[in-house]
Amino acid sequence: MAERAERILKNIGLRGLKNAVKGNDYRREASISYGILVGGYILLQLLTAAGLISHNLQGQFVPICVYISLAVSLNLVVGISGELSLGHAGFMAVGAFGGVLMSRILGQSMSFEPAIVIISMIFGAIVASIAGFIIGIPILGLRGDYLAIVTLAFGEIIRNLMNVMYFGFVDGKLKFAFNHTIEGIEDTDRIITGAIGATGTKTMSNFTWGLLLCLFTVFIVLNLKNSKQGRAIMSIRDNRIAGESIGLDVRKYKLMAFVVSAALAGMAGCLFGLNYSTLVPVKFNFNTSVLVLVFVVLGGVGNIWGGIIAAALLTVLPETFRQFADYRMLTYAIVLILVMIATYNPSIKSRLNAFLGKIRPKKNKGSSKAKRKKSGKEAE
Amino acid sequence: MFIPEKDKGKTPILEVKNLGIDFGGLTAVDNFNLTLGRTEIGGLIGPNGAGKTTIFNMLTKVYEPTRGEIFFDGKSTKGMSTVDINKAGMARTFQNIRLFDKLTVEENIKVALHHTTNYSLIDGMLHTPKYRHEEFRIRKEAMKYLKIFGMTKTAEYRAGSLPYGAQRRLEIMRALATKPKLLLLDEPAAGMNPSETSELMDTIREIRDRFQIAVFLIEHDMSLVMGICEGIVVLNYGRVIAKGWPEDIQSNPKVIEAYLGKSRGKMEEEEEKEKADIEKALRKGRLESAASGKPDRKEGE
Repeated sequence: MAERAERILKNIGLRGLKNAVKGNDYRREASISYGILVGGYILLQLLTAAGLISHNLQGQFVPICVYISLAVSLNLVVGISGELSLGHAGFMAVGAFGGVLMSRILGQSMSFEPAIVIISMIFGAIVASIAGFIIGIPILGLRGDYLAIVTLAFGEIIRNLMNVMYFGFVDGKLKFAFNHTIEGIEDTDRIITGAIGATGTKTMSNFTWGLLLCLFTVFIVLNLKNSKQGRAIMSIRDNRIAGESIGLDVRKYKLMAFVVSAALAGMAGCLFGLNYSTLVPVKFNFNTSVLVLVFVVLGGVGNIWGGIIAAALLTVLPETFRQFADYRMLTYAIVLILVMIATYNPSIKSRLNAFLGKIRPKKNKGSSKAKRKKSGKEAE
Repeated sequence: MFIPEKDKGKTPILEVKNLGIDFGGLTAVDNFNLTLGRTEIGGLIGPNGAGKTTIFNMLTKVYEPTRGEIFFDGKSTKGMSTVDINKAGMARTFQNIRLFDKLTVEENIKVALHHTTNYSLIDGMLHTPKYRHEEFRIRKEAMKYLKIFGMTKTAEYRAGSLPYGAQRRLEIMRALATKPKLLLLDEPAAGMNPSETSELMDTIREIRDRFQIAVFLIEHDMSLVMGICEGIVVLNYGRVIAKGWPEDIQSNPKVIEAYLGKSRGKMEEEEEKEKADIEKALRKGRLESAASGKPDRKEGE
C-alpha cells in the first residue's frame, strides 16, 4: 500500500507540484490583519499624544474604523461568496438608525455608556441582519450583474424608507409614524425626523470602540472563512455545480454569507451613528456603497488585510488632499486608476513581481508563474 | 446488467427503466435500461455525442428525465434535486474537472465531509472547543482519503494549481468523501498516460473492495473499461446498441461499427449502391427536363 502510494507520487503527484501554489494560510492572514489594526491603533494614539495629528484627522478616526469594518464585511459577500453587492450602505443605514434609536431608549434609564454602546451595536446588527434576510431570500437566486443591480435598488429603497420614518418620545413613550411629524412632540424628544435624520444623539463612540469593532469584524469574518460554513460558501463560489453534486445547499450558504455581512455592516453603521449628534439618511446613498466596494476591490477581492489598508488610506487620502481643494477628487481618482493598473494589469503585475522577486528571497517564485499560466488558460 | 454472483439476492443499487430525455425536438437518450449490483463496476461506453454524460446528468438530476424512472437503492428518485441525490448516496465526478480551485486539496475533501461535520454557524464564527474538536477529526479523516490516493504531500496546495492527473484523483476523492453507495465516474482516465491509467484501475478496484460500493463509469480508454468493468453498456445516438460482459462487447459487430465505422466490404457495397441511385436520379432528371423542354443548365443556376 505505502509502496504503491510512493509510486503514484513519483508518477503524477509531485512531478507538476513545482508549479503548484500553496493555499491560503489562515494563521498568517489573521496575524497580519490583527497586527495592522492594533499596530495602527497604537501608532495613531502615540502620534495624537505627541500632537502630530490635526484635529480634522482625529475626527476621522471613528469613520476610518467604520469603513474598515464595512470593507471587511463586504468582502464576505464579494470575495468569499463571490457575488457583487451594491447595497451595503443600506444595511449600514438600518444598523445606524436602529442603533441610535436603541441608544436613546436605553439612555432614558441607563447611564453606563459602554453597556449602551454594546447593546445598541448588537441591536443594530440584529435589525440589519433581519433586513438582509428579508432582502436576501428573493434575490439570491440571481447571479452576477443582475444581483448587483437588485442590491443597488434595495439599498436605495432602505435609504428612502429612512427618509419618511419618524420616531420620538411623547410623554416618555416611544412613538412611531410614517410621513408626517408626530403630534405633541417637543424638539428635544425627537429621535429620527424623516429626511432630517437622527438628531440629538449623544455621541458615545471613540477610537477604542472603533478598534474593537474592527477586531470583532475581522475575527468573525476570518473565523467564518476557516470553518465548514465558510468552506461551503467558498466552494459554491468556485464551482456551483460541483458544490451541488456533493450536497451543498447553494441558496442557504449564499444567504448565510449575505446575512452575516449585513449584520456586521449594521454593527458598523451603529457606531457610525453614535459618532455624530446629527445623522442624515442621505449619508447612506449609493456613493457610500460604491466607496466600500472600491475599498474591497482595491485591497484585493477576498483579501481581508488588503481591504483594511485600502479603507484606511482612501479615507485619509481625501483629507490630506484638502489643501489642493479643487483638485482633490481629481487626485483621488488618479490615485485609484494608478493603483488598479499597478495591481491588476497582467503585464505590469508580472514585471512588478519579477522586480519584487529580485529584492525578496526566492520564496514565491513558482506562484507568479502558475498564476500567469492560469490566467492564460482562462483567456482561452 | 448481469448482476455478479456476490450481489445476487440484494436490491440492486441502481435500477433504471425506460429512461429518456428530449431537448426541444431532439431525443438525446431513449429507452435506457440498467440494473447495477451493489458492488459492481459497470461501464458505459460509446462514441462522442452518444449521450453518456446526459445519462449521468439524469441520474444526478442535473437534468430531469422526460420519460422513465430511476430507482436508487430501491427508491424512486422522482422529484429529488441534485443535493438530495447526493445525500441519498450517489456521488459523481465530471468530464471537465470541477474542483474548488482556490481551496486547498485538504479543504476540497473537508467540504465533501460537510454533512458529517457537526457544529453550528455560531461555533464556526467563534471557533469554540466544539469547532476545534470537529475540525481535528475531519482533518484526520481527510488525510485518510489522501493517503489512500497517495497524495498526502499535496494537502496544502491549491486544487486548481495541481497537475492534471492529481486533479482527477482529487475529484474522485472528493466524491468518495461524501460516503456514497454508488460512485459515478465520468471519464476518469481522460488525459492520463498508460501507466497512470493502470494505477487508476488498481485504485478504482481498491475503492470498490475497501468501501464496498458500486462504481459506474464512462470511459473511452478501452484497456481500462475491459480491464475492470464487470458489465458494459454501449450507447450510440442515445440508444443502447449492446450490453454484456467485456468479452462479448469486444466482438460485437454493432459496437465495432459504431466505433470504427463499417467494414470495408460493406462500405464498398453501399457506395456502389449509392452511385447507382445517383445515376438513376440523374437519368430521370435529364429525361424530365427534356420532356418539359427546359435546357439542362438552368437547373444548376
